[in-house]
Amino acid sequence: MLARMKADRFMLLIAPAVGLILIAFAYPVFWLLLRSFSDPVWGLHNYGTALGSFIYLKVLWNTVSIAGSTTALCLLLGYPMAYSMVHSAALVKKLLIFVVLIPFWTSILVRTFAWMILLQPNGIINDMLIGIGLIDAPLDLIFNRTGVLIGMVQILLPFMIFPLFSVMARIDTSYVLAASNLGAPPVKQFFRVYLPLSLPGIVTGSMLVFIISLGYFITPALLGGRTDIMIAQLIEQNISEFGNWGLSSALAIVLLVGTGLMFGIVHKVFKVGPDVRTT
Amino acid sequence: MTMWTWIRVMVCALVVIYMLVPLAIVLIISFSSAPFLTFPPPGLSLQWYDKFFSDPAWVRSLLVSLQVMVPTAIMATVCGTAAALGLSRSAFRGAALINGILMAPLVVPVIITAAAMFGVFRVWGLYGTLPGLVLAHTILTIPYVLSTVGASVQLVDRRLEDAAANLGARPWTTFRRVTLPLIFPAVLSGLLFSMVISFDELIVSLFISTPTVRPVTVQMWSNIRGDTDPTIAAIATLLFLFSLAALLTEALARRKSGQPDVL
Repeated sequence: MLARMKADRFMLLIAPAVGLILIAFAYPVFWLLLRSFSDPVWGLHNYGTALGSFIYLKVLWNTVSIAGSTTALCLLLGYPMAYSMVHSAALVKKLLIFVVLIPFWTSILVRTFAWMILLQPNGIINDMLIGIGLIDAPLDLIFNRTGVLIGMVQILLPFMIFPLFSVMARIDTSYVLAASNLGAPPVKQFFRVYLPLSLPGIVTGSMLVFIISLGYFITPALLGGRTDIMIAQLIEQNISEFGNWGLSSALAIVLLVGTGLMFGIVHKVFKVGPDVRTT
Repeated sequence: MTMWTWIRVMVCALVVIYMLVPLAIVLIISFSSAPFLTFPPPGLSLQWYDKFFSDPAWVRSLLVSLQVMVPTAIMATVCGTAAALGLSRSAFRGAALINGILMAPLVVPVIITAAAMFGVFRVWGLYGTLPGLVLAHTILTIPYVLSTVGASVQLVDRRLEDAAANLGARPWTTFRRVTLPLIFPAVLSGLLFSMVISFDELIVSLFISTPTVRPVTVQMWSNIRGDTDPTIAAIATLLFLFSLAALLTEALARRKSGQPDVL
């Protein structure tokens, strides 16, 4: 009896949060998803449009390829960075962590705006490159894929670095030492011992960056080209410009199912939860 | 040093520059005396801050952001902390499911949340209102509070609570005198997280706000693609400094309470 009462009291603590999320989040999302089958008439025609026309398939492919490129670049930059953070003196380690944390806490809009200033044809980077005589005409750094990747990699890099860092920090370096004592050259020590041990971090970080990239909106909208858009922009356009709820909602389902599958795989295979900030 | 170490150090230097320089440049440009975006600025002035604070549209949007942020942070922290306590102190079936439901706003792409809330909030009369924005931001921030406080609650020694209860303390007293002081740094982190997230939120606000009730990020968004004058750099700097202050407060709170750093 006492246990039952206790359980009820704990339920009472959970109730406000669950109530808010069910009413103001779960219900609206469900409402939106239903539109894909019911708007303007019942049927699967919205999925026919979303997955059957060349224009929309191209946007889906853009989305996957931008997310993939972002992930690869983040890994390329993030791995050496995380390694250095783990294997540095305490002070350097603290500084590097701060370097990653500061942009992490800064609004995506602010960071994207910074890139707008830097990358424009008459922006700072082009001015400097022309100033020192390296190029004659400004480079196309913005309103194309280059701009999107420069912005997205910078914004998503922390999501790669933090999981890598937390896995690398737990690697027992005596394994590497053992490989070294047994005569393995440094390159072999790294590829045969360290890299496999850091694999969980690589997987978690890559999945996080990839999944978050799939739904990106602000950065591609401000730094990308008008024809090279991602799925989130297509959803936004169809709602605010054309009021086409059915199609938007079908696209939203495609995005949600894609994201959900990814999370499911990561969660099942690698036992990683969605709480990213506290990893 | 071997070649590989050199490459690693070079990549690190590049990453440090890549992460910090864009922000530093925005910060410097916001104090520019030039009438347009140019770097390095010919001189320093506060004209863009002056322009920002003397433009009623900007000031109104800043006020909207603050009016949304404060109730959001309080509601998310209270609901999130309560849920974290409830989930950790009970071993009922379905706790994992409830945890999943509460974390869902973090997992579902924000564009979907935004479109969904836009559709339903119009019907409910919450579109373009402060309560609507507060509700939306609270939903988005609860997962952060839950995961931050949840991690801390796991570390609380249950015997301390049992001892208080055995000595006759009521549940509320036990919470206030024993549990809360132990988890306080995490609760503070949750509060700061929700403040920053609410203040910086753009996508959902873009969908559910109107020109009359418009947070500062949406105001930025609507000006950013036109002729970008350094006024936006000024508000960007204010947003950045706000985040930085929150980050430092959080780090300080952890340090003071002897809790481990974020990493």
